[in-house]
Amino acid sequence: MSMTDRLLRGVTLRPRSPAEGNGEVPANGYLIVDAAELGTRVSAWEAVKLARELHRPHALDVIERVFSRFQELHGDRSFRDDPAVVGGIAELDGRSVVVVAQQKGASTEENIQRNFGMPHPEGYRKGIRLYRLAERFHLPLVTLIDTPGAYPGPEAEERGQAEAIARSIETMTRLRTPIVAIVLGEGGSGGALALGVADVVLALENAIYSVISPEGCAAILWRSASEAERAAKALKLAGPDLLELGIVDGLIPEPKGGAHHDHDATAASIKAALVPQLDRLSRLGPAELLAARYERFRRMGVVVEPATEPPAPKRPWWKRMLGR
Amino acid sequence: MRLRMPFGRRKELPSHLWTQCPDCGEMLFNKQLVRNMNVCTKCDHHFKLGARERIELLVDKGSFVEHDAALRSADPLGFVDSKPYPQRIEAARVKGGANDAVITGTATIGGAPTEVAVMDFEFIGGSMGSVVGEKITRAAERALAAHSSLVIVSSSGGARMQEGALALMQMAKIVAALGRLADAGLPYVSVLTDPTTGGVLASYGSLGDVVLAEPKALIGFSGARVTDQTIGERLPAGFQRSEFVLAHGFVDQVVPRAQLRDRIAFFLASLRPSAGDARWSL
Repeated sequence: MSMTDRLLRGVTLRPRSPAEGNGEVPANGYLIVDAAELGTRVSAWEAVKLARELHRPHALDVIERVFSRFQELHGDRSFRDDPAVVGGIAELDGRSVVVVAQQKGASTEENIQRNFGMPHPEGYRKGIRLYRLAERFHLPLVTLIDTPGAYPGPEAEERGQAEAIARSIETMTRLRTPIVAIVLGEGGSGGALALGVADVVLALENAIYSVISPEGCAAILWRSASEAERAAKALKLAGPDLLELGIVDGLIPEPKGGAHHDHDATAASIKAALVPQLDRLSRLGPAELLAARYERFRRMGVVVEPATEPPAPKRPWWKRMLGR
Repeated sequence: MRLRMPFGRRKELPSHLWTQCPDCGEMLFNKQLVRNMNVCTKCDHHFKLGARERIELLVDKGSFVEHDAALRSADPLGFVDSKPYPQRIEAARVKGGANDAVITGTATIGGAPTEVAVMDFEFIGGSMGSVVGEKITRAAERALAAHSSLVIVSSSGGARMQEGALALMQMAKIVAALGRLADAGLPYVSVLTDPTTGGVLASYGSLGDVVLAEPKALIGFSGARVTDQTIGERLPAGFQRSEFVLAHGFVDQVVPRAQLRDRIAFFLASLRPSAGDARWSL
């Protein structure tokens, strides 16, 4: 049974076709909106490895190639500047945009400096500050997602990691400016979603997006991190799966062999996908935009709802007597 | 016919009559424990509470009307670990008698009309999948339509792995609905109970106009196993407890169970929605 069948079977709640996305992503050469268009699919584990490839283009590699005149803005204005999140103002085809991204390193030293792309709460708070900036000046917001997850250490707990992520999600759901999110590599759980509440969510072909890392999932369900490969398959975290589930609206094709083989071509592919989306969204007013964004997430999820609710079981006589 | 206690957690108790407090070791007579709201009479340890018992303690007597009780999980991923996900759901349903990890409905608390969503840790660790997301979102939308308020009592390990990224997206779905409540000036009280972690805390759990927590509840972003695996160390003792989270400024009050109903009633009464402003009514 295909996933689509599975999704539609026995589901009375808002059945949707996978390619529906937010309803308006154009099927053009730059964007894969139907998983059937993909010739061969890499295995889930292969996708995990490609998404984590050390030499995969990371946020700043993409920003410098897709945008021009990028000026980075630092700091969350209350604690410090988190190097795992970069953001600023840039130009894209003559328009100003705000970019917020998670930044991994391409070497061990760089990764230590960037905390392996795992943001602290102040990273998300920097993001929130820049989202607000975009809103205030009516600039479209582009977010680039690439993180194993939010940093889970003691300092992050002390400074309210959960609150920072929650607030970031909340801010994005109501931000009165167009938002496009692109998953570049790893979309690790809530730490990724904090940048991922957008009008259009795209992913590079071999990117992954998951509720938990395959290793974490394996450790909990199979009690062994070495079962990660199985977990990766079960979690349906690879690009085509995400497209079929409606988590992403389109996939951006990567150069042959993966994005790490050609940063320039990857960036060109991203730019070609991004520009038409921003063009389309910029024509919508804030009310339309917010309503569509609400609907995009409102219909996520698959539940079974019997047409008629069964009558509530009769309460035993003694409960009625006791007024419980 | 044998008389049965109308509620109680006999199944998880070692004996039908006595329970040992995991904190102070005191042997507690079950009837007395239930009468004391499942709080240890000696050391005030707060035992976990099932959703229905919690609702009994929280809302005005007889005011609760349940909604969406029939909503059930599908299996969008065809997920199989040690057993298939539908079997896991079925097992949890049989065990707890609920269809998923949250019970929602309309009630009054201290006379104030409100929508209530109470999570149940017994149901697959209170994990948040599509059903939890849908039920809480509908509760928020009902509060918006009725121009009332929302109370969510969380008790959850986070998003439900077996529904993959769809579970993750429930965070955004619920938070978006809460945003509409906030825009309409309607109050939302978040109550964090033992344990509230992961995606639940990182979304609606943290976003209450008022955030309350039960004493010594485990409240934190990352589970011990994730932290252990990622940074190779355990979090220091006392981390991720209500009192710690209070001290660091992420909850407003730590409230003992016995005072919870009155405290919520106070906040709902003082944050009463302004009358007449129906711009956002659906």
